[in-house]
Amino acid sequence: MSDNLQILVDLLPRLGEGVLVTLELTVGGAVLALLVAFVLGLAGRARTRWARVPSRVVVEFFRGTSLVVQIFWLYYVLPLPPFYVELDPLACGIIALGLNYGAYAAEVVRGSINAVPTGQWEAATALDMGPVHRLRRVILPQAWPLMMPLFTNLLIQLVKGSALATYVSLHDLNFFIGELRKGTTETVFAYTVGLLVYFAIAYALTLVMNALEARAKNNVGQGPSLREILRLTPARVDTAEVRP
Amino acid sequence: MPDTATKPAIQFQGVGKRFGDNVVLDGLDFSVAAGDRVTLIGPSGSGKTTILRLLMTLEEANDGLILVDGVPYTHEMRGGKRVAIPEKRRSLVRRRVGMVFQQFNLFPNMSVLENIIEAPIHVLGVPKAEAIAKAEDLLEKVGLADKRDARCTQLSGGQQQRVAIARALAMEPEILLLDEVTSALDPELVADVLAVLRNIAETTDITMLIVTHEMQFAREVSNRVLMFDGGKIIEEAHPEEIFTSPKHERTQEFLRAVL
Repeated sequence: MSDNLQILVDLLPRLGEGVLVTLELTVGGAVLALLVAFVLGLAGRARTRWARVPSRVVVEFFRGTSLVVQIFWLYYVLPLPPFYVELDPLACGIIALGLNYGAYAAEVVRGSINAVPTGQWEAATALDMGPVHRLRRVILPQAWPLMMPLFTNLLIQLVKGSALATYVSLHDLNFFIGELRKGTTETVFAYTVGLLVYFAIAYALTLVMNALEARAKNNVGQGPSLREILRLTPARVDTAEVRP
Repeated sequence: MPDTATKPAIQFQGVGKRFGDNVVLDGLDFSVAAGDRVTLIGPSGSGKTTILRLLMTLEEANDGLILVDGVPYTHEMRGGKRVAIPEKRRSLVRRRVGMVFQQFNLFPNMSVLENIIEAPIHVLGVPKAEAIAKAEDLLEKVGLADKRDARCTQLSGGQQQRVAIARALAMEPEILLLDEVTSALDPELVADVLAVLRNIAETTDITMLIVTHEMQFAREVSNRVLMFDGGKIIEEAHPEEIFTSPKHERTQEFLRAVL
């Protein structure tokens, strides 16, 4: 066991590199996914069929095909004729993760916007706000806190999904767990370390996302502010006090 | 300024509205003069609220024309055909119409003041300082000057509704639509809201269309009452007259039930 720990310590700098690559994939994939989600999600609610139908097709395609096959396709098929596009493996990973999780997240965006009470749309219309103004200043700020918990779920899945990047030659966390296994010849040890490191990353991201969710909720008058949470002061009562 | 002396503020010409097979309004004709305070009464489902929603473009009429100051609003006749008026032109009319809703519908992501100044600044292009000064005046008027920076979720229903009234007035509407504005309030909060509306009725010449179950309020504020049944106006009179001696049998029944 102590031998294993020694090997782990020796491998630590390289494990760190792996974590870094995993984080690059995660952040890059998440940013792209967010962008894809808003574009497809908003297009999915458009009045014109010319936006709605393509959005639907793209969402269904990327949700309905395997992430592994998508990554392989970008990595092995794109360089072939007639495409001749050679992508950096990191770019392959980020694009595949972004499109795949973006397709799921597009449904979150669409559903959350639809969940904002119709009275809010009507009040904005009654004030003669145009569609863009209405969406930006009234609807999205209220849809955002509804999206957050679902985005957190998807982000955690994305972290774990990023392990597939090992198979397009990226030296991410998953790759170094494999190295650790080869070095120690202790399968149980290596993969247990792997589980723990992935868990640590996912849990750290969860904490960040929970903080963002609290902030988003507070912005629509629900729950304490982030500052109040971090100060550990008692949360103020958030139900409407009735003062006649 | 439109020639309000000769043109009615609001005109419905043969307006029909259906939801599926359900005919809510059927060839409705009526007009409202500028400065009139008209209360619409009638059993639920008689189309009162639909009239307000059509005027706010929250619903689209299936037939007929709606004119504001004599100008076609949502549809017009062109070459004998009824065609929709594009959004840009509708918007110019819409901004002269304000509405207060049963459920208040304040924006929870904004403070009280932000709710009031949002549209004047970003829709009408009023300078910020001017919009804020105006909003503060209005908050004073509805008795909520001290709630300027409060979150809407911290206010009682009655307070929220008074903010909603201030928000509608900040657009300086010529026509104000009040859709059952006290129906969602606890009984003890109704009086404050009605007091604010009475004050507006007395101190401004805004044309008002009121859908309410508060018959006493209707009697005090309005100068005309329209009784609706089955998507048509079945009786119309001065409030004193209709509340004391209704002529139509359905009106008599309805008033017996609500008074």
